[in-house]
Amino acid sequence: MDAKEIIAKRIALELKPGNLVNLGIGIPTLVANYIPEDEPIYLQSENGIVGLGGLASNEEVCVHLTNPSGQYAKVKKHAAFFDSALSFVMIRGGHLDVTVLGALEVDEEGSVASWIIPGKLVPGMGGSMDLVEGAKRVIIATTHTNKGIPKIKKRCSLPLTGYKKVDLIVTELCVIEVREDGLHLIERHPDVSIEDIISQTEATLHIDHVGLMEV
Amino acid sequence: MNKWIDKERFITLLQDGMRVMVGGFLTCGTPETLIDWVVESGVKDLTIICNDAGYLDKGVGKLLINQQVKKLIVTHIGTNPNAGKLMSSGGIEVELIPQGTFIEQIRAHGGRLGGVLSPTGIHTPVEEGKQMIEIKGKSYILSEPIGADIALIAGYHSDFMGNLTYKGSARNFNPTMATAADIVIAQIEEKVEEINPEVVITPHTFIDFIVEV
Repeated sequence: MDAKEIIAKRIALELKPGNLVNLGIGIPTLVANYIPEDEPIYLQSENGIVGLGGLASNEEVCVHLTNPSGQYAKVKKHAAFFDSALSFVMIRGGHLDVTVLGALEVDEEGSVASWIIPGKLVPGMGGSMDLVEGAKRVIIATTHTNKGIPKIKKRCSLPLTGYKKVDLIVTELCVIEVREDGLHLIERHPDVSIEDIISQTEATLHIDHVGLMEV
Repeated sequence: MNKWIDKERFITLLQDGMRVMVGGFLTCGTPETLIDWVVESGVKDLTIICNDAGYLDKGVGKLLINQQVKKLIVTHIGTNPNAGKLMSSGGIEVELIPQGTFIEQIRAHGGRLGGVLSPTGIHTPVEEGKQMIEIKGKSYILSEPIGADIALIAGYHSDFMGNLTYKGSARNFNPTMATAADIVIAQIEEKVEEINPEVVITPHTFIDFIVEV
């Protein structure tokens, strides 16, 4: 399994039966691959779907049905379509149990930056700011570093997507919980030492009980 | 009044400098034929109000390539590298808005409300230049309504009057945009004799002109 698959598989374990979940673009999208087909977990897609399914095969393509990445997709039994206004009422209104987002940086306060590197890359925030505002639980799916440069910081240096919104950070090396007093290392990859994780993390990690990640 | 128009009539509705709303989410639910006709018309200095910048050669991306755009009011431009390039070079102005606020600003104009109070984007650059308002101890960012001169939307079925249905996730911004422009033009896929009133999503009163493609 590569880093992205490790992250996606671990995050899938966080989703509980009955949850309404929004998966962002990138690694978060892969989480869907690890949700058992018959599990009653419902994917919300901000373009107006509850009950999003997997990608459509060539024979199944409907040009009127795409996932939030713009790929042709399918829906599951009991799915519903709606407009963008209702979609964001759902998102901000507290109906989403979990949102899974990628990140450029995430910090000790649980703030996340994901939509702009000024002067370099300006994809825009899309629905991400509303998702972190409204979801009951915010999970960040990210590689631990960007080519060796730590992404888990004391303070985000990039413009924020959300201030103090993150609950859990899952990387290919570990699982970190955001609590009132800071970041707690709660699980590590079985092949990675706590020292390795600390050396690749800029933020201070509280280390009390560290379990093993399911990989 | 007959709302059903052709390309020639459509082009007479366009002017330089217009504010143009375009439906669709990453071009799903985007009226591509109407965009092609805007390209053909050659009108310029447009302000485009759309969820995203589409792709290089799809959706509003076609208007960017043809240099008809002065400003984009959008939530996301990451799928169209040309938009980012034009933004960096100063070729276009780009205003980025959180998607949930963007749709409510359009809805506010449709219903002639004075603005939108949203908690989204507090402690982020979204706050910059915006008024903060406190209601019952909670802070909100005030955003003004967004309207347009013309809205180009995409429907699925239409009856003679312009009652519209949509299909799949192609609904997205279309029904709300249909409420928020002086002239609303719907590109539809099939004209049908009758639509069950129970399933009409956009009532015909919002639609000024219809194009069947």
